[in-house]
Amino acid sequence: MSSSRAVNPWIRRSADPTLDRIMVTPEGVPLNVTIASAGARAGALLLDLVFIQILSTVIALLCLTLAFFFVAGGADFLDMDGPLGFVGIFYFIANFLLLNGYFIYFELGHRSATWGKRLVGIRVASRDGSRLTAEAIIARNIVRSVELFLPLTFLGSAGAGGTSVDLTTWAGFLWVLMFLLFPLFNKDRLRGGDVIAGTWVIQNVKKNLGDIVAPSAARISADGSPVAARYHFSDAELSVYGEYELQTLENVLRSDQEEALEKVATSICQKIGWEPGSGDERAFLEAYYTALRARLERSMKFGKRRKDKFAPHE
Amino acid sequence: MSTEQALSAAVLRSDRFRLEREADWIRLEDIVSKMEKGKNRRLSDEDVLALPTLYRTLLSSLSIARENSLDAGLIDYLEGLSLRSYFLVYGTQSSFGRWFAGFFGGGWSRAVRAIQLDIWIALSVMIAGAVIGYILVAGDSDWFYALVPGGFSEVRVPGATEEALRGTLFGTEDSDGLGVFAAFLFSNNAQVAILAFALGFAFAIPSILLLIHNMALLGAMLWVFAQRGLTVDFIGWLSIHGTTELFAILLAGAAGIHVGRSMAFPGARSHLKAASDAGKRAALVMAGVIIMLVCAGLLEGFARQLIDNSAGRFGVGGGMLLLWLVYFIGFGRERRRPGA
Repeated sequence: MSSSRAVNPWIRRSADPTLDRIMVTPEGVPLNVTIASAGARAGALLLDLVFIQILSTVIALLCLTLAFFFVAGGADFLDMDGPLGFVGIFYFIANFLLLNGYFIYFELGHRSATWGKRLVGIRVASRDGSRLTAEAIIARNIVRSVELFLPLTFLGSAGAGGTSVDLTTWAGFLWVLMFLLFPLFNKDRLRGGDVIAGTWVIQNVKKNLGDIVAPSAARISADGSPVAARYHFSDAELSVYGEYELQTLENVLRSDQEEALEKVATSICQKIGWEPGSGDERAFLEAYYTALRARLERSMKFGKRRKDKFAPHE
Repeated sequence: MSTEQALSAAVLRSDRFRLEREADWIRLEDIVSKMEKGKNRRLSDEDVLALPTLYRTLLSSLSIARENSLDAGLIDYLEGLSLRSYFLVYGTQSSFGRWFAGFFGGGWSRAVRAIQLDIWIALSVMIAGAVIGYILVAGDSDWFYALVPGGFSEVRVPGATEEALRGTLFGTEDSDGLGVFAAFLFSNNAQVAILAFALGFAFAIPSILLLIHNMALLGAMLWVFAQRGLTVDFIGWLSIHGTTELFAILLAGAAGIHVGRSMAFPGARSHLKAASDAGKRAALVMAGVIIMLVCAGLLEGFARQLIDNSAGRFGVGGGMLLLWLVYFIGFGRERRRPGA
């Protein structure tokens, strides 16, 4: 089992193979997952910051409105034990909960993703395939305060301090860079919080169940015989292709574009030495696809798989 | 075409395999989609009960399909649905209430006991910090201005008179707006505690420095009051909320040290495994620290201003300390099996 990729042909190869991982469920079934790219993470974070900003503006406006009505209603502006004091308490607590609770609340939900992550299509998951616990969510988000909010307030105060670009400003800048770029320096794109919580962020998958690829192969045509029966492919004619070509053909059939069908039908005919007909490309391709898949699936049962047309016959 | 007709017409065995099972898959997909959208209430009890079974059936379908089918679209679909339903079956805790009950019912105190060694380290660091602050200022009172940030106090400085200092401890602070004050203190302290924990990520060194710095400030302040014979009153003023607040900061620092120490010396485990084990334990402690700081904020904002004598302050502070100690030491221990 030295090379799992050769042994397990179901391992997926996505657009960026460096982000493909295997996660084993507690039932022992390995599932393909794809790590969220650094760009997706950054995008989700920016969106979340925008949402937090909006929410905090709403809170501030709410407090101002409340205070305005209390003052208009005759409350003493300086009496902090009155209703204005209540508004003040509400403001501090709401802001604290917003900064520290926003990420935790949403990541504890069924989708384990904040609004930003949902929009980008990523989610938090446990690295070892076990249950994602509340502790892990708390841990990964507490660290966020050092990674993000501390440097932000630090830079903010340094900026407000005026022109002094001194040592501490540079130290703060380095600090921000160290944490912001941390995900780029490990292959799983973990940020500090992920390291401590045992989590990672992966891409959501949502695939629809497509139709049967070649439904017409068994259909009875007008003259009473099955469509597929019109075509007979010999072993030699089927042995020119492997699984890769079969899947290409599957994609062509699923997308069902006239031009692609014609082109592929022509090239298959050339390859197996048939005379390309016209008008029945789809029926021909479905028949060929069905025959090829039946043949390849049969040999799969005996443990023989043929990756592509360059693979030798066993 | 009905399923039976489709079944009998399907040429490929792998297509028949799919047609026989796809009704279950589609049902599962429907349940999963509803749960993901948070519409759990729209699900029937049958559906909720069926989820784990349908999920396991789906996993076995996936395993079979990987070995027997070359329909890449189908396998992609099964993979995606498996992952989605895996996340629901092994999702986060089902309800916040249940997590909270488990947390108070022993999860928190067990986590605190698990980081005992780090608590001792943090405690000695804090004591050392206070002693250093005291000795530095005792040796040269200019140190006070280096340790205590400017604007922190105009009155509480070396050389201040006894009356001025006594005034800061008793009575003068008016009792207006205590609630706002408490809320402000809480969110401020909580950010410091979160910082003390999160800095542990950098191998605990910043956590330790933060603890030393904060306690040195306290030590320096203690010296100022000790010079005028107000040591006991100062400690009383501090202890009413300080036993809770300093305890919380102690735990936060210890949690940070715990994470840092596990990353630096992971033992037989991998660095990542050690870090995540420690991180989850420390996160439990931290959730508790936030709760303690809420208590401390209330005590500091209300009780300290309302109880204006040292004896009462010691009583409240000592009582709180006892309460926390009893909870952490005694609560949530697994009972020993009889005869063990």
